[in-house]
Amino acid sequence: MGGYTLVTRIRHIPSKILLPLLSRISRHGLRPHAGRALFFTPALVLLVLLVIYPVLQTIFLGFYLELPGGQRQFTGLDNYRAVLTDPATINVGNLPWPPPLGTLIHNALWIVIHLPISLFAGLWLALLLQETKGASVVKSCIFLGMVTPMIVGGVILRFLLEAGVGVVPSFFGVIGVRSLAVNWMVHRELLLLGLILGSVWLWTGFSLIVYSAGLTTIPKDYFEAARVDGTPPGRMFFRITFPLLKPLTLVIVVMTILWELKIFDIVVAATNFGGGVGADTLALQVYRFFFYDSNAGKAAVVASLLTLLTLISTSLILRRMAK
Amino acid sequence: MHLIAWSIALAWLVPFLGVFSTAVRPVSEITNGWWNFDRLNPSLNNFIAAFTNPVLPLSRAYANSFLIAIPATLIPIFVATLAGYGFARFRFPMRDYLFLSIVLLMSIPQQMIAIPVFKIMLDLNLYDNLLSIILIHSAWGLPWIILFMRNFTRALPLEVEEAARVDGAGDFKIFSKIVIPMAVPALASAAVLQFMWAWNDYFFALILLPTQANWPVTRVVTSIGSGALTTDWGILSAASILTMLVPLVLYVVTQRYYIRGMIGWTIKG
Repeated sequence: MGGYTLVTRIRHIPSKILLPLLSRISRHGLRPHAGRALFFTPALVLLVLLVIYPVLQTIFLGFYLELPGGQRQFTGLDNYRAVLTDPATINVGNLPWPPPLGTLIHNALWIVIHLPISLFAGLWLALLLQETKGASVVKSCIFLGMVTPMIVGGVILRFLLEAGVGVVPSFFGVIGVRSLAVNWMVHRELLLLGLILGSVWLWTGFSLIVYSAGLTTIPKDYFEAARVDGTPPGRMFFRITFPLLKPLTLVIVVMTILWELKIFDIVVAATNFGGGVGADTLALQVYRFFFYDSNAGKAAVVASLLTLLTLISTSLILRRMAK
Repeated sequence: MHLIAWSIALAWLVPFLGVFSTAVRPVSEITNGWWNFDRLNPSLNNFIAAFTNPVLPLSRAYANSFLIAIPATLIPIFVATLAGYGFARFRFPMRDYLFLSIVLLMSIPQQMIAIPVFKIMLDLNLYDNLLSIILIHSAWGLPWIILFMRNFTRALPLEVEEAARVDGAGDFKIFSKIVIPMAVPALASAAVLQFMWAWNDYFFALILLPTQANWPVTRVVTSIGSGALTTDWGILSAASILTMLVPLVLYVVTQRYYIRGMIGWTIKG
């Protein structure tokens, strides 16, 4: 009976829409894809409870002052003001040099120094290794830094820079550069620069591997044709290779900036938390504010600012990743 | 040209060679630098000392690291593969926005969730329990594995799945019988990277595991051999090598999958 009324009623509705729908329902049941939600449920539960809720909670905490006894007081942008005027974040008194310059400036220095060096070192090596026998072995050697846990990377940087065991001070001693033949770990200026330059050793493998893979995707004919036309190699690089690698360069730049913004393990392991604030980074500052000073509000603000910076960087390649 | 390339490779290895040279010799031999080989009595004593250290035995830390990294690889791989398949094949409103939001989570620093996660784990009575860090790694690894598996699934030919659907197979049957077998190489790539991430992680272990008996290797290596004034570089070097040994061996054995996972989505698209 019910079936009959349904059929009579739908007669008046354009069959273009209804007939396919009806046939679909008869084949799959009324809600054909209800089971599909199960594909997403476990992931969404984990993400909401352990990532999304904590992220929102951290943003929220930044606007509050935690009082003893577990109470909270809304303080608006006070924490933001406190963080941005804190010499630990931007040490106006020491600018432009020497360290400590504040965590925000340290991370910026990390980007300004480490990004171009590791990017171009990787590109240069990728080009060089194109025509080298046993290139894969060389690549693997350089890629070792990427496989090394960053915490061990930090220990090794200390091992290189500390007086006594360190090969870097000894090297400068041998070639007679007195000012650099010292314990880099206790000279604040050298500590920060040493860690930044040392981390080039850990990260260059990334741009090398990506560029190497990218180079293999450029058709050989392009170079052949250019060679026939008598194009000099330098021009070939700027007219063919580099433009074709441009999308990859963007990805490497963004991934490298993300890595530099999040620097934590290297500094902790190299200085054993104790190197003072001479090489502090934003990520380390979050930890200090929360676990040393029990100041959840300021810690949350630094974390939020750091996250904002990472999201801005990621937005540059988001479309590409999600295509 | 070859000479330049090879000397660069060698220069890159110097720090590792130094750590190795320090780890296999007694402290007395390296007082003039590990590059000084006047006296050379290699032994595994530092490794044994690190493994059986009375305060911070690396053997215990090794067990902890495996107990953390293995489930912290299997759980997110399983969960994210389901979701990744869903994002690749199912159509529903707001799908792409939901997907983009999840991908955005990939770039967030660990510190952004540290404070609430610390409190949640205290509330759940999981603080200082390996389960807490397994759970957080499982959740934290999801965004990139979902992205990775979604992009992989989209590159698979649709015809096979459609044929199965015509034959009456449901979503789960298609997923488990057709997609999973084809996805084995991608799953291997994701597993290698996720395992390394969990093994190499230091920060979550720092905030969630205060008791030394629960520490993974990454936490032990920052404390072992460090006295108040001096550092026992022999033990510290041995511990460093032992800490990176697992990711290193994994990388050598699964190089193909590792590199593919690393650059898969960088190159494509």
